[in-house]
Amino acid sequence: MNSNLIASSATSDKIQARELTASEIEEIEHEKTLYPDKQAVGLEALKIVQKHQGWVSDESLLAISRYLDIPVSELEGVATFFNLVFRRPVGKHVMLFCDSVSCWIMGCENIRAHISQKLGIDYGETTADGEFTLLPVPCLGDCDRAPVMMVDENQHRNLTAEKVDAIIQQYRNNEPGEQGS
Amino acid sequence: MDKPLTKNIDMSRPPLEIAQYQAAGGYESIRKIAAGLAPADVLQQVKDSGLKGRGGAGFPTGLKWSFVPMGDNAPREKYLVVNADEMEPGTFKDRLLMEGDPHLLIEGMIIAAYTIQASKAYIFLRGEYIRAEHALKKAIAEARAEGLLGSNILNTGYSLEIVLHTSAGRYICGEETALLNALEGKRANPRAKPPFPQVSGLWGKPTIVNNVETLCNLPGIISHGVTWYQGLGKGVDHGTKLFGVSGRVRSPGCWELPFGTTIREVIEEHAGGMQDGYQLKAFLPGGGSTDFLLPEHLDLALDYDVIGKAGSRLATGTMILLDDRTCPVGMVGNLMRFFSHESCGFCTPCRDGLPWIEQIFVDLEEGRGSEKDIGILEDHLGYLGPGRTFCALAPGAMAPLGSALRHFRQEFEDHLSSKGCPYTRH
Repeated sequence: MNSNLIASSATSDKIQARELTASEIEEIEHEKTLYPDKQAVGLEALKIVQKHQGWVSDESLLAISRYLDIPVSELEGVATFFNLVFRRPVGKHVMLFCDSVSCWIMGCENIRAHISQKLGIDYGETTADGEFTLLPVPCLGDCDRAPVMMVDENQHRNLTAEKVDAIIQQYRNNEPGEQGS
Repeated sequence: MDKPLTKNIDMSRPPLEIAQYQAAGGYESIRKIAAGLAPADVLQQVKDSGLKGRGGAGFPTGLKWSFVPMGDNAPREKYLVVNADEMEPGTFKDRLLMEGDPHLLIEGMIIAAYTIQASKAYIFLRGEYIRAEHALKKAIAEARAEGLLGSNILNTGYSLEIVLHTSAGRYICGEETALLNALEGKRANPRAKPPFPQVSGLWGKPTIVNNVETLCNLPGIISHGVTWYQGLGKGVDHGTKLFGVSGRVRSPGCWELPFGTTIREVIEEHAGGMQDGYQLKAFLPGGGSTDFLLPEHLDLALDYDVIGKAGSRLATGTMILLDDRTCPVGMVGNLMRFFSHESCGFCTPCRDGLPWIEQIFVDLEEGRGSEKDIGILEDHLGYLGPGRTFCALAPGAMAPLGSALRHFRQEFEDHLSSKGCPYTRH
């Protein structure tokens, strides 16, 4: 894991910034019009790069740092602070599993154990086939339909073991359902 | 009964588009402003309405706004920021408003921004709220096309742009100064106060941070007047509020009800009472950082001061119910893990105290707890209490912990004598 983190300028010498793509640059330039300074754009750029690449690699981080002229250390401090910025590769689908209090009361621990057993992964891990990454997330604000989780951009509610099986199958079949539902 | 916050909401269909929204009386407040209401007039009406912030603290909205410097000598740039970073455990009300009626929030934002004469407003939306993001994006574009946003709104000479910012996580961003740091692209550590954001906020400019539900109250106040608004409540506080119930009830949900409604009515009538085989043991009245109340409190009215006098807080108004088959120690342990994980790590008591507490709960659960541990938990109530930490996160965590130690002492002791949790999970 340490090799994934830029700890000092000494290690960053060995890592080459990659070229940002044209669409990444276009989106970053758009963000510049919305915020009065480049630091605010830095966090937006991390999100943009992640949207295109799936995660933020050291090479991407360096590229943003150079493009916006923000020190690497500062950008890394921000990138590692926010839990929705991924500094390690994630699977094709990211499962954000709510384990906050209302979901806990409604038995989310059993659901989580079922997912872990079914996919063979714990929090922070990705399935061997690269399909799913499982991450905990603070209260998803759907407490009247607990337990809940998000897979990519879709919310799944009133989870049961059977429902989880169907959801996993659905994603394996590339049928993600309505966006943002 | 009037339901100004949810009258347009029907989650079985998409939210109203701008034409339908206006046909239902929407944006009337902006036309009233355009017909000749000065910022000071709007401020006076909001003050007179008695509106209090719905994000948790319950601070009077008009008073908050009144600290913003106004007049010719005031800074030219000011900001309105919407706190749409709903992440308080057990809270699911702002989601409903944004997904169900996005124009109501935008109308409220125009009123607030006009009052403080801000020409730019940011919506700080939590990244996971995808459906709200789509609804708000569409509504902002519609409002701009209608001339309700942009330059010289309805020939008032007043201009406003709204930027929708989607966040990248972390509960601490709900703290208003941490939110400002996050919006500036920094680590979301809270800032020292003073200076307060009203004077020096986003990029050092005067800034108001208001919760989604707070802003959604404004269109009704300006469109229908203070007298109408004050007629909505049936208790001490004015207006309506979204109240929610989660846990083992028959019909968990979120409803717009007048202030002064009893807790019993919300739980027994609206949420349908407890599920068969479950009894109410206790509840957190307003999210994860409030003190437990007991069944003896069911007949209390939902008003800020009434709940405050009972030793808790109304806060977000979304109640989390603990039933008799769920372990209170486990429930508090879950909350402690949450707060420990979400500490920003900036100040020592919070950064080091919360993980210690979390570990004690793990030990209690796994049969390694001792009497001394319970004493350490009690000590933390003081170490992490109000005034001992940089922001309200740790004191918020102490609310369920302290009240649990008072009300459920026996259950804590049972974890020692049983060498672990005596409850079976179901």
